[in-house]
Amino acid sequence: MAVEHYWAPTSLSDALEHLRGGDVTVLAGGTDLMPQTQAGRVSLERGLLNVRRVAELHRIERVDGAVRIGALCTITEIMRDPLVGEHFAMLADACDHFASDQLRNAATIGGNVCNASPAGDTLVPLLVLDAEAELASKPGARVERRRVPLADFFVGPGRTRRAPDELLCAIRLPLPPPGFVGRFFKFGTRPALDIAAISIGIGGVRDGRTLVQARVAYGAVAAVPLRARRTEAALEGAALDAATADGVAATARDEVRPIDDLRASAWYRKELVFNMTRRILHDVAEA
Amino acid sequence: MSLKREIGFLLNGVETHATVPVDLSALSMLRDLLGLTGTKYACGEGECGACTIVVDGVSTCSCLQFAVDCDGRTLTTIEGVAGDPLGAKIEQAFVDCGAVQCGFCTPGMVVQAKHFLETHPQPTRDEIKRGIEGNLCRCTGYVKIIDAIEAASRADR
Repeated sequence: MAVEHYWAPTSLSDALEHLRGGDVTVLAGGTDLMPQTQAGRVSLERGLLNVRRVAELHRIERVDGAVRIGALCTITEIMRDPLVGEHFAMLADACDHFASDQLRNAATIGGNVCNASPAGDTLVPLLVLDAEAELASKPGARVERRRVPLADFFVGPGRTRRAPDELLCAIRLPLPPPGFVGRFFKFGTRPALDIAAISIGIGGVRDGRTLVQARVAYGAVAAVPLRARRTEAALEGAALDAATADGVAATARDEVRPIDDLRASAWYRKELVFNMTRRILHDVAEA
Repeated sequence: MSLKREIGFLLNGVETHATVPVDLSALSMLRDLLGLTGTKYACGEGECGACTIVVDGVSTCSCLQFAVDCDGRTLTTIEGVAGDPLGAKIEQAFVDCGAVQCGFCTPGMVVQAKHFLETHPQPTRDEIKRGIEGNLCRCTGYVKIIDAIEAASRADR
């Protein structure tokens, strides 16, 4: 379909009004949209809505008990942000493993979330950090907002619970409790510009020799970035010793549902999940 | 026939206007509409860095940038680098160190090196490697490119 309208609004309200009309492609950093359209995998809708000039979506701010990262913040901006560095080091770490400088400078966190790739680099730490997606729409005269836990946001590769008339405005991250430890690991064949064969996020609060409020997520092992509830249950409150690490890693290997593709076979992914989960748990035990 | 938009931006210090299809890349605009062929097309999907330009102070792959989104912004391409003292130093260092073989990656490499040295004036070799991780070179094996960027950073002190 040929593009008939192009808009580059500067206010959220205007952007949402354009979105309400339907048949609209949202453009932010463009690092995914451009190659997808050039390759013919995605065709642009009748309306092309460039939201990059909506300044209110481009802030990182402290709000009661949480940090709100505007959807237009680039991966570089998040990686260097002092609030993110202080409270969400594992997210900054994932940003540091994201593509290359040129892509980090343009790609936005909103794009990474809305593209909903099972291998999206920021998604695993966001799941571990209990992130929520903040969505806005304007069905009538007023802008309406709702929040969806990120663990419920992804429904399939490239598919989310965002309605066509909604825009992702921000990612909201609750401040982690005192004593929180988080780890991110990405396995690829080279450090830069690689799509993860698997990625792992593990977080929780150290309580003596155990980890409580344990949260575990995996990337590139299922149709969606996976919050691994069974693995979390196996880890919750267990002494962080070698036997626990083995047991939790085995649970994770059973819980993930990877496929064979050009980056790795399903078998290899499961073995990676087992070995790297065990290694991370040893690392957390020594933290 | 794609929808077109008129846009204006600062290109290498010169106020520039163009009428661009809304789905055109900035790389195609630079090369095909404006005739600035220093910026190279290679992979077309952000993997190789040959098309690196600087937009509003940060480096980006122009093959992934929508041309229409350049409206009102400031762009620097390889054609604008030589006029800048740091850019000139980097270009000379590439020549002195033998960092150019076939030369196809060189414009993107130099633009990225300039952006990198602006934010890392005294880099270690490991930092330089990280800085150019988004730029592929199939000739040199990178050693002489890293030498050149290191030499340019020393020349700056």
